Amino acid sequence: MARNRHLQAFLLIAAVAAVQLATMISDTQHYLTQLTMSGYYSLVIIGLCLLIGYAGQISLGHAGFFAIGGYTSAFLTTYDLTPVSDKAFIAFLSRTGMLVSTADLYGGQVLHLHPWAACLIAILLAIIVAYAIGGPVLKLKGHYLAMATLGFGTIVYKVVLGTEQFGAADGISEVPEFALLPGIAVSGKLSMRIMNYYIAWGLVILGVVLLSNLVHSRVGRALRSIHGAEDAANAMGVNTGRYKLNMFVISAVFAAIGGVFLTHYNGGIGPSEASIMKSVRYVAIVAIGGMANLWGALVMGFVLNFLSLRGYFGSYDDAVFGAILIIIMLFTPEGLLRRDLFSDIRSLFGSGKDLEEKV
Amino acid sequence: MNIELFFQYLVAGVTYGTIYAIVAIGFNIIYNTTGIINFAQGEFVMLGGMTAVTLHAFLPLPIAILSAVMITMVIGALIEITFIRWLISPSVLRMIIITIGISILVREIALHIWGAGVKALPYFSGTAVSAISIGDVHISPQVLWVIGVSAVMVICLNLFFTYTLPGRQMRACSANRDAARLCGINAKNMVTLSFVLSAGIGALAGCVVSPITYVQYDGGTALAIKGFTVAILGGLGNSMAAVAAGLLLGILESFSIWVMPTAYKDVISISILLLILFVRPSGLFGSKEAAQLKEF
Repeated sequence: MARNRHLQAFLLIAAVAAVQLATMISDTQHYLTQLTMSGYYSLVIIGLCLLIGYAGQISLGHAGFFAIGGYTSAFLTTYDLTPVSDKAFIAFLSRTGMLVSTADLYGGQVLHLHPWAACLIAILLAIIVAYAIGGPVLKLKGHYLAMATLGFGTIVYKVVLGTEQFGAADGISEVPEFALLPGIAVSGKLSMRIMNYYIAWGLVILGVVLLSNLVHSRVGRALRSIHGAEDAANAMGVNTGRYKLNMFVISAVFAAIGGVFLTHYNGGIGPSEASIMKSVRYVAIVAIGGMANLWGALVMGFVLNFLSLRGYFGSYDDAVFGAILIIIMLFTPEGLLRRDLFSDIRSLFGSGKDLEEKV
Repeated sequence: MNIELFFQYLVAGVTYGTIYAIVAIGFNIIYNTTGIINFAQGEFVMLGGMTAVTLHAFLPLPIAILSAVMITMVIGALIEITFIRWLISPSVLRMIIITIGISILVREIALHIWGAGVKALPYFSGTAVSAISIGDVHISPQVLWVIGVSAVMVICLNLFFTYTLPGRQMRACSANRDAARLCGINAKNMVTLSFVLSAGIGALAGCVVSPITYVQYDGGTALAIKGFTVAILGGLGNSMAAVAAGLLLGILESFSIWVMPTAYKDVISISILLLILFVRPSGLFGSKEAAQLKEF
């Protein structure tokens, strides 16, 4: 089993490198921009896949966590601290190297928090919000859970849309690049395109390996028992409430990291990133990827986000995702790329022996 | 604050509250017969308003509204027959996702038909500036239309469910679906009927309120969330309590403008939704025991 997972991770790395080489050979390097962005969206999607597919809890508000990450980071790295630089606390931050100064469009200097500090605060904030909201929300089931998470997402959307400090309908722009290490930065600069592609997909590979280890551990078995029959799991001594909450927080962190990095990559974030349609889109991709199938969600997150970002769906962008949701749920509620799909196909063509084994 | 302003806010709150109540009743009708929450409920309101505006270009107002309501009812029936009727005991999660998908599709189709602009029917009587004055309080006649039509709708629905055969059959289905089927009631047709009914009342509400609030292709989601808040506040399935809860939410929201910027108006009602869900999911007027018997 473990060797199988190593093989999967290796194949993923090979695929990521192959895509980059393919764009190089076919001289379509401009695709890398969208490929990088879909990487960050895929990070949200694999986190959500853990929550929906494995823990069996739907969330229609994950764009809210994405926006919490993105907006916190964008706000902290663009808010000019120069007027208050003589305050003791700011001076202390400055001495510890947590502040950096960058040039703005008009040649002035903006003193702001270092992206690393902003990133950590953003993730911390997402964790706090996820714990605060997840506690009561995850006690709910079915319609109530869906509506409560939808409500959470709407609140985040309305707050970022209605707050002057977050740029209202315009969002926050001129977010500086995120220097991870000297020479390595998350930035939309053309010269760093290939590097950023690898940063994004490196993060995705790291995330998917972490999650796939998680679902193949004791935690994963507990989660599947929750999904199957929550009361029974409880009776067997699985602390279902704690597992659900932890998965909710983990998926929120994935969404927030995606938000932070994409915001630095794009150099800005707008309120549409927090919209309900984004949350629904993430759910749609998890559904078509096969619900409880990290690799399926990853593949679909890659393909659909890329097609959508390249504008292949035209003005029917949202409609495509709505239609995907309906069709998948009507005909294959277990998802399209579900785990036993291949054995199903094999049993269609194979001998009766396979069928008996399956039963 | 002065007393005139107080009444002005009150009237605005009651107007919005009635619409939320109608949407909540639409939720309840479908929930009672099927046990599912139709996330596309707000889209019926939007469809009704939009269709009426289009038809009013070449039809007199009453006929345009009547036809718009009819068309929306047919759409409601088509949605049920196409997407829901043939599913065999679907899970709640599946139904949530399907109705969300439907609401997105309807919205996107509306966007392609009517564009992204706001539309409105003319005022039913008088104009935008005409007002009935009681002392220093000025009330638009359209407000009376909204409240009046909604009141008539609620009374008619009540009569329908109490005295007519289809209404009683629908109630039988909501009480016990299997027993109703054993008595020879076609439960599947009752589900279709419930979609037709809630599409109809949603569309009519969308028509009467459109001169005040305008309709836009994406107005359905916000209405659906508020309607759901009201339905929960009153206790899911309880239509009379939904009216009281609707007025309550409308008035709360209207007065919230005093303490918070207008942009956060929706945040108030959604926070109430979350609070109610966390603290008292059976609703203000619902009984806890009854709520435990229902499947969410």
